Amino acid sequence: MDPAQFLTAPRVTIVAGKGGVGKTTVTATLAMAAARQGLRALIVEVEGKSGLPALFGRPQLGYDEVVLFSEAGPQGTGEVRARTLTPDEALIEYLRGHGLKRISKRLAESGALDMVATATPGIKDVLILGKVKQLARSGEADVVIVDAPAAGHAITFLSSADGLLNAVGTGPIEVQAREVKEMLTDASRCQVVLVTLAEETPVNELIETAYSLEDKVGIKLGPVVVNGIYPVLDGLSVDPDEAAAAAGVTLDPALAADLRAAAEFRIARGELQREQLERLGRELPLDQLRLPFIFRSDLGLDELGELSDALTAQIERRTDVGAAT
Amino acid sequence: MTTTDAAGTADATVSPMSDVAANAAVVLCCGSGGVGKTTTAAVIALEAARLGRRAVVVTIDPARRLADALGLDGLTNHPTEIDGPWPGTLAALMLDSEGTFNGLVAKYAGSEEQADKILTNRFYRNIVGALSGTQEYMATEKLYELSNEGQFDLIVVDTPPTRNALDFLDAPGRISRFLDHRLYRVVTAPTRGLVKAVNLAAQPFLRGVAKVVGGEVIADAIAFFAAFEGMEEGFKQRAKLVDVLLADAGTAFILVASPRRDTVIEAAFFADKLKEMGLGVRAVVVNRIYPQFAASGSVPDMTLSGDPSALDDQLRNLAELRAIATAERSHLAPLAERVTPAPLIEVPLLPFEVHDLDTLAALAGYVFER
Repeated sequence: MDPAQFLTAPRVTIVAGKGGVGKTTVTATLAMAAARQGLRALIVEVEGKSGLPALFGRPQLGYDEVVLFSEAGPQGTGEVRARTLTPDEALIEYLRGHGLKRISKRLAESGALDMVATATPGIKDVLILGKVKQLARSGEADVVIVDAPAAGHAITFLSSADGLLNAVGTGPIEVQAREVKEMLTDASRCQVVLVTLAEETPVNELIETAYSLEDKVGIKLGPVVVNGIYPVLDGLSVDPDEAAAAAGVTLDPALAADLRAAAEFRIARGELQREQLERLGRELPLDQLRLPFIFRSDLGLDELGELSDALTAQIERRTDVGAAT
Repeated sequence: MTTTDAAGTADATVSPMSDVAANAAVVLCCGSGGVGKTTTAAVIALEAARLGRRAVVVTIDPARRLADALGLDGLTNHPTEIDGPWPGTLAALMLDSEGTFNGLVAKYAGSEEQADKILTNRFYRNIVGALSGTQEYMATEKLYELSNEGQFDLIVVDTPPTRNALDFLDAPGRISRFLDHRLYRVVTAPTRGLVKAVNLAAQPFLRGVAKVVGGEVIADAIAFFAAFEGMEEGFKQRAKLVDVLLADAGTAFILVASPRRDTVIEAAFFADKLKEMGLGVRAVVVNRIYPQFAASGSVPDMTLSGDPSALDDQLRNLAELRAIATAERSHLAPLAERVTPAPLIEVPLLPFEVHDLDTLAALAGYVFER
């Protein structure tokens, strides 16, 4: 499959997953993969501070867009831009755009937004999603990637429009909620990509989240991204001393012991990952994209490049798989 | 408290975490999401039961991870005892934030009628479900309730999986501030009661809000604040008592972290905040650290042979695992320094999943440094 097509249809991708599974890394990887196809990717952060800018070697984001990465390639110049969205700013902007400038000022100064937000659950989320909708519609980016709140909160976040429609009968916010709901339930405009590690608890939560999102939100589920898969090293099944003998060398016993322990560890963890990948495939009928474990603890641009290459290669391979079946 | 400090000069055979399990009255496991808080909380409660104490663990997690870890289905808002081969008792409960809040309203309401008015108010239902911090607030409320009842020697609280671990401590204060909200004061003073609600809704401030979200929302809010009148002092008093309990010498804050850069930064930030609040961290438990495999010296460069061989794979694996183990330890060093004299306890990434009593016991070996 053509990666550019895969990455931009639908235009809005919401990345969700349990804390600690690498949601932000996957968000950045998707954006990087798009940029390398000559596309303009916009990342939207919704939870304030995040590790995203650090991945690109940049300081914290603000409400204004910044370019995190730009590269000229055969398909043109691609870029990754990013910004955060906060409900307060989104509300003020929304009201200004709807001829309610004076009210917006008063709401902001009186701290009434807190009260409004409490009175109408989901309003903050709807305002953020409404802004996402507007960003997608503006056409300034080929793909808008939203780094959503952690799993349980993602369901609340994405079902906010429904909740709000139940609570609010009239007014500009009601219109906004209806339009957000339209976007979320339109598979040609929006999808959720769920992220997990190949471990028992995150996989359990991912399956629960997937079914809840389908039931409660009716949103399209894109492929699942399984993060942190150990690359297979066939030679680990051979005993280190034998492997050394085959290569014509002898090993210091202490080194052989470390090699053996390290190999056993990787094989055991790798086996756990395989079990969980299989279980995920059995229990959730969604395509899986797998990202390799990066054996460095600080990820930066080089590592994002590796991850995005791995992702793109899998997307390209999907053509073959699809054509064969 | 007997401790083993970072330099390893043991002044007793009791490890810091064993001391906590044996002597603390309250343990709060704090940290960012996905770092193993629930599992750590379970391990501590289990250890206390093993030491003959009556322990209960309070979890908030909607994903029921603790239930998974203990092989329990369907925990409720009240302690459920878990049978097992320990001399003490071990109970677990899953916080029902809404049920706990309803109970609190019923407790402080002047009459059944007042309670009903609040409990059926739409604005109240929204607060219970959506006000940021409600879950955290109810977790501390549940802690206070259990502590007051005195059925347990140790209460372990697995704090909610908020992005910002600090929200937990701020929650009771936030509710108090919410009750001090301008709208509340507008509604309750100078003329009191619902009588004025209709006129109030005509105020410019409220008209502005109504234009945005619709008039019913305002009507619900006014009705709520009017019904709540007289109860706010009870709530504020309660929040103060919770603060006292959190600051008690028998309360231990255990910071849970993973060795990833971002969670380490957050843990350090949280440790500082606790210190500022005069609470202090008793210990930091860092879960899932890569083992070092470093009995031998540096990995020799034998990989220039050309053809890929099994030995190349072996060497590459060792080098990769060591690299990540080293990087993780370099992240942890500043955190260890920051929390001194509290110890930093390293729990390795294990070659199996921790999901039942046997694997929890294996984990305990590292947490309690046996």
